[in-house]
This record gives sequence, C-alpha cells and structure tokens, in this order.
Amino acid sequence: MSTLSKYLQIDGVAQTFRTATGDFPALRNIDLNVTKGEFVALIGHSGCGKSTLLNLIAGLTRPTEGTLLCANKEIDGPGPERAMVFQNHSLLPWLTCFDNVYLGVERVFGNHARIDGRAKESKAQLKERTDAALAMVGLTHASHKRPGEISGGMKQRVGIARALAMEPQVLLMDEPFGALDALTRAKLQDELLAIVAATHSTVVMVTHDVDEAVLLADKIVMMTNGPAATIGEVLHVALPRPRSRVALADDAQYQTYRKAVIDFLYTRQGHIEKT
Amino acid sequence: MAPPLSVRLKPLVALVLPPLAGFALLLLIWSLVAMGNSSGLPTPLDTWKQALTVFSDPFYSNGPNDQGVGWNVLSSLRRVALGFGLAALVGIPLGFIIGRFEFLSRMINPIISLLRPVSPLAWLPIGLLVFKGANPAAIWTIFICSIWPMVINTAVGVQRVPQDYMNVARVLNLSEWKIFTTILFPSVLPYMLTGVRLAVGTAWLVIVAAEMLTGGVGIGFWVWDEWNNLNVRNIIIAIFVIGIVGLVLEYALIRLATAFTFDEVRT
Repeated sequence: MSTLSKYLQIDGVAQTFRTATGDFPALRNIDLNVTKGEFVALIGHSGCGKSTLLNLIAGLTRPTEGTLLCANKEIDGPGPERAMVFQNHSLLPWLTCFDNVYLGVERVFGNHARIDGRAKESKAQLKERTDAALAMVGLTHASHKRPGEISGGMKQRVGIARALAMEPQVLLMDEPFGALDALTRAKLQDELLAIVAATHSTVVMVTHDVDEAVLLADKIVMMTNGPAATIGEVLHVALPRPRSRVALADDAQYQTYRKAVIDFLYTRQGHIEKT
Repeated sequence: MAPPLSVRLKPLVALVLPPLAGFALLLLIWSLVAMGNSSGLPTPLDTWKQALTVFSDPFYSNGPNDQGVGWNVLSSLRRVALGFGLAALVGIPLGFIIGRFEFLSRMINPIISLLRPVSPLAWLPIGLLVFKGANPAAIWTIFICSIWPMVINTAVGVQRVPQDYMNVARVLNLSEWKIFTTILFPSVLPYMLTGVRLAVGTAWLVIVAAEMLTGGVGIGFWVWDEWNNLNVRNIIIAIFVIGIVGLVLEYALIRLATAFTFDEVRT
C-alpha cells in the first residue's frame, strides 16, 4: 500500500544552480508525494522552478539537497520508465513520425536487458506497438510524414505517442500544449483525458494555464515565486471523471477550484515583472 | 485563353537577360583591351577558334608533357579527389572528436588556429621532402588545404546539436552508438557538408598553383606550360575550363547539402 500511496516520493529537495554571477537557488524544501494513477499539475508563474522540478523527476538534473524516489528506488538519472513530453515536442526532424515513436519503443521493448525482465520483442511486435501508439493519438495517416510536414498540434501528439508507447510508469509533461493555439490545445487536452483514463497513467504536468490544471488534474501543486521557490499550496480537485469541459464550464465546484488557483497565483503570488 | 507569347516569355527573359548582359560586357571589355594595346592578348574570336581546335581532340596523348585538355583536367581532379578524400577520412572523425570532448577541443584548437592561415603551398616542400615525388606532394598539399574546413565545420556542428535532442537521447536512454547514428550524425550532416563544399572549393583553387610548381600532367601545369610556349589563347581557355569545373563541383555539392538538410535544422 505504501508504494501505491507514495509512488513518486520527493523529500526535502533543493536545487541551486552555479552561475557566473554566483549561486542561484531555484528550489527549496520541496516535499511531494504522487500516488499511482494520479494526475498532478504543477502550476506557477514563469521562473518559479516548475520545469526545474520536472527535470529533477526526469533525472535530467540531480538535486543539490534531498532525495527523489520512484517506486522506492532513487532517481539517479533519466530512464524510459519516466517518459517525458517536451514543450517544443523535440521530435527528430530527419525521422518520420513512425520512426520517432519507434526509437523509444525499440529501446524499451526491443532490448535484451528489459527493465521488466521479459524477453525482447520481435520487429513485428515493436512495429505493432508503434502503430498502436500513433493510432491512439489519431495519427495513423501521418505516420510516414516527417515532423516538418505536419502541424504543431500533430507534432505534439507524436511527442505524446512517443512517450506513451514506452508504457512509462510516470508520464512527465513540460507545458505540452503551451505553444499551441487555444482550439488545438482544448482538443489535445480532451484526447489526453481519454488516453489517461484508458491507460491509468500517472502524470506530472507542468502548466501555467489555470483551466488546464483544473480540468485535467487530481491534484494541483501551486508553486511560490522564485528564486528559492517552494510549494505554496496543494489543491485536491475532487471533480468526478470523466470530465467534460462543456459541462464543467458552469459547474459551481469547478469555479471554486478555478478561483482558488487564480487567487493563489494573482493575489498571493502576484508576479512582479523584472524589466 | 492562353496569354500571348510575349507575356509567357517574360519570366524567361528576366531570368536569362541579366547574365547574358554580364557576359556581353565581359566580352566587350576583353575585346577592347585586346584591340587597344599591343600586349598580345588574343581577341575573344581568336580564343574561340582555338578552343574549337583544343576541344576537337581533348584526349590526345603525345608523351607526358603534351596531352589533351581532357587528360589535364582529369589528372587534376584525380589529385583533388585523392587529397580531399584522405582529408575527409581524417578531418571528419577528428571534427567529431573535437566537438564532443572539451579537453581535446582545447588541446587541438590552438594548433588549428596556428596552421590554418598558412598558405597550403608552403607545405609543398615538406611534401616533396617526405614523399620524394611531385605527385604525392601535390596530393599532400590538397590534403592540408582541405582538412581545416572539414575539421572546423564538423566540430561546430557537433557543438551545435540542439540540447533538446540530447535530452531526448537521455530520456530514452539511447546507447552511444544509437545517439551517434540517430541524433549526432544527422544533425551534424549539414555542417559537415558545408565543410566539404568549402574544402573542395579551396582544393580546386590550390591544385592549379600546386601543379604549376610540381609539373607533370594537370590543368595547372598546362597553364604554366602554355605560358612557356607563349600560347596565351590556351591560357584563357584554361581559365574558363577551371572556372566551369569549379562551378560544377560547387553546384553539385550545394545540391547534395540541400538534400540532407531538414526543415528544422535549416533555420
């Protein structure tokens, strides 16, 4: 039970960056637990260190202080069990959408030393997994196109397919829809809700969009302004699933959650723009 | 209804007219200089007539010092290909290593900075000394002049691989070999091909001068030989031949580079 309730365990994490002008404390005193199957949104003003925290969970950077555990194992580097969807999609432009997804699939399931200890899969099985992942994000028709030939929303969907195809234990998303227009963003949010419901994924998502956070998350982690940012407040969103953005638009409870996040962001953590 | 012929021809005229006017101007100035002084510069028409004779039999061979223009060009191209090929074999891997490892970069960069500005012809005597022959010495000179652009451009390309791609590699936990083949090599390729293009351009410049010094068969030697024969018409023909071959090489390599450059790297 304890592994389930504290699937991702972050204890007393602090991150200080060495810069030319001296030490820059980005994060301090971060304590956070994520349950298996939980959807967590990290929200805060830009520069509050939410991406820094996500990079720590991904293992791309190591904390200056504290520990991060995933399934009771210390996170000591990046790994395919913590797949990441990048803000700028980060697809390799010389590979087709299929090959971009296949790259991750091959690494996880076509490998002799599989993480789950099972035998390595055949080429046909790997291909099937890749096709299934692309079908899940509705991109079967574009699988042989290169990223340069498809729209921004489609690229982001390939990025999600690449991450999901690896069947990660935790899906990390760094403002995945930040660069998209409002309509595409709404469509992808709905698709993500459906995919997460179907796959029971554990998700940690960085966002600066209040509606996105309330619509998607079970738990909204609100961060104070940097430098030396920390978790200001945690809001549990008890809205029933499946959630529909149309029905929620005039739901009183939804508005209460929304108000709580806005209140935190703009009243208590009113951002002072440095010029 | 199709537009009248004059309208349809307009873009073609706009495309062809300026270059034609340029060449006409060149021929005019050339004719004026050839007529105006007694330097012995042949007129364009004289040169054209001579060119017809030269190209009527480009592949004759009367011993090592009297061969057709075709053989001369091919010999020069062969030297360039050899010298350049060896330089690519050494330079491109060296560029990758320098780009990937900070220590080696700091170790080798001062040497490159010191040697790069040196005229490649200064290396010719060293080549003659070490290789005891004119032909390998010329190839050695080409090797030296074409290695720098390839090392430098490849190294810059490796250093400019977007961090995002390397993060992808880290999250997917790809092996070093997979990183090289799927990320490093494709993103460095456009930079590498720029290096190749610069290298071939320089090599083609240098081979003419090197062959003037080493002799044998080659377009550079041909120029020098015709100067000794006071056959200025052939020298002018050689200049055009060198120019056209250089142009073709450049164009082919630009086409190659475009084929391997992807939208998001091109910016």
